[in-house]
Amino acid sequence: MKRKTIVTGVIGADVHAVGNKILAYALEDAGFNVVNLGVMVSQEEFINAALETSADAIVVSSLYGHGEIDCSGLRDKCNEAGLKNIVLLVGGNLVVGKQDFADVEKRFQAMGFTKAYPPGTSVETTIEDLHQFIS
Amino acid sequence: MFYLTADFGSTYTKLTAIDAEEFRILATSSAFTTIETNIMDGFYSALKKLETKLGKLHYDRILCCSSAGGGLKMVALGLVPELTAKAAKLAASSAGAKVVKTYSFEISHSEQIEIKDINPDVVLLCGGTDGGNKEVIIANARRLSEIDQDFSIIVAGNKSASYELEEILKSSGKDYVITDNVMPVFNHLNIEPAKQCIRDVFIRKIVDAKGLSEVQQMASGEIIPTPLAVMNACELLSKGTKNSPGIGELMAIDLGGATTDVYSMASGKPIAENVLVKGLPEPFSKRTVEGDLGMRYSLASLADELDMDCLGKEIGIDSQDIFQWITHCISNPDAVAATGSRELQMEEILARSAIELAVERHCGIMESAYSPMGIIFSITGKDLTEIPYIIGIGGILINNPHHEAILKGALFKPDKKNSLRPKSPKILLDKQYIFASMGLIGTLDPDLALHLMKEEININNNN
Repeated sequence: MKRKTIVTGVIGADVHAVGNKILAYALEDAGFNVVNLGVMVSQEEFINAALETSADAIVVSSLYGHGEIDCSGLRDKCNEAGLKNIVLLVGGNLVVGKQDFADVEKRFQAMGFTKAYPPGTSVETTIEDLHQFIS
Repeated sequence: MFYLTADFGSTYTKLTAIDAEEFRILATSSAFTTIETNIMDGFYSALKKLETKLGKLHYDRILCCSSAGGGLKMVALGLVPELTAKAAKLAASSAGAKVVKTYSFEISHSEQIEIKDINPDVVLLCGGTDGGNKEVIIANARRLSEIDQDFSIIVAGNKSASYELEEILKSSGKDYVITDNVMPVFNHLNIEPAKQCIRDVFIRKIVDAKGLSEVQQMASGEIIPTPLAVMNACELLSKGTKNSPGIGELMAIDLGGATTDVYSMASGKPIAENVLVKGLPEPFSKRTVEGDLGMRYSLASLADELDMDCLGKEIGIDSQDIFQWITHCISNPDAVAATGSRELQMEEILARSAIELAVERHCGIMESAYSPMGIIFSITGKDLTEIPYIIGIGGILINNPHHEAILKGALFKPDKKNSLRPKSPKILLDKQYIFASMGLIGTLDPDLALHLMKEEININNNN
């Protein structure tokens, strides 16, 4: 079976590089073909990479609290670019302050994300979900 | 050993005679290119001029390059504009082609008609990483097959689509080659195989089509496109040979009647620290060719890009007069401005502006973003601010007494500090127009070519 392709990166003006490398390594290790865009990735770069590589999922990280602004409109742009039904995951420190994560996840799902993860999610959880969402 | 090189240009056929034992250029000569009748007529009249200088010539080898008949005209197709479409354009440009237009995504009906009207010699079809998207490249192969023109297609896209592509192209009856992907893995360029294929197609098909078969019979080696010869020369001058060091990083600018070519031999890595590099990584040897910036055939499109009132004020000439001169030059491509005339002043400012625009398009761009950790700079493309040399090539620059002022158009501008242009390079000139010739000689005797180029631009041979 063909290896599934995942595009990952840290969105917006966020430069948290360490977690990104660990995540990419873990995804690779789990058998995915990983296209890691690194830090400070714009929505357009995620979409362009997914188009060229015919990716199965986009895994977005955001750790500096601006995740909501940075991620807004990503699903619409994916639809516009012809990436129909691509799996969109997001995780990290998505918002600032102590907010109830259930609310946060609702807001991200309303934006079109398949799933959003709270801080401290283990990478195994994401990998398990990816296997399920992609198949 | 005596070498003769011939460069069949769109306007002039230029010959250079070289004595390999004495390490010197004996003489150069030129005559009008006679592509309409027999291209050899122009060659023989240039040879005659050479022989009046040197007496009867006995040469051991003759090497040729050509950009006659509009050069190698190409269009490039890719998927995403900033990714495979850009990679396709880079590959075609560095093979010495004139890339008339680059297309991305599935081409439309009107784009199909546009390609038919462009009537390219070769089409480079790319799209998708290996294992990535194949729908678009397959759709574009179908649309290209429907175009009723005799061009060759070089496919350098997603390898997983090669079976389908082979079937489509075989039944189209067009000449085609399938080679390695220009971007096999995301953001990794691999342009050499495509470049090699373009060269092969040029030798196999274009040489004949442009009336160069007689030249090919006479030549000791394969004929290559002139820009490729210039590129090879620049690369040799930069990197050196195993016996003699090169001069390091450099930029070369060839301002012509139809196009402005910019070459950079440089890694282009960011000079400042803590700068993020974005976008497609660019090759050490990069060429860009601007088909809309030129001093004769492309003067109209150059003028469209410029603020004539502003330029007129700078030299104290009314903008209407500049427009008049431009109109005159477009209808008389052989127009020459007299020394010390107002026309020459206009020519110079137009030339400087063409170089300004061409270099701006060649160099990278620095952008800033504000983040919680302060301001962060990112660079897309090559940082050429610290390039130590700019070399001017081409008849327009060589024959102008103020070539240095014109070439200064390439320099860094404080009001456009995002464009990473050279800040304080030494400006040099290929006085006798030997770079194309040296690119040819370099294939046989790189030490000789390197020595002669260093001499030509007055760089000490001992350093």
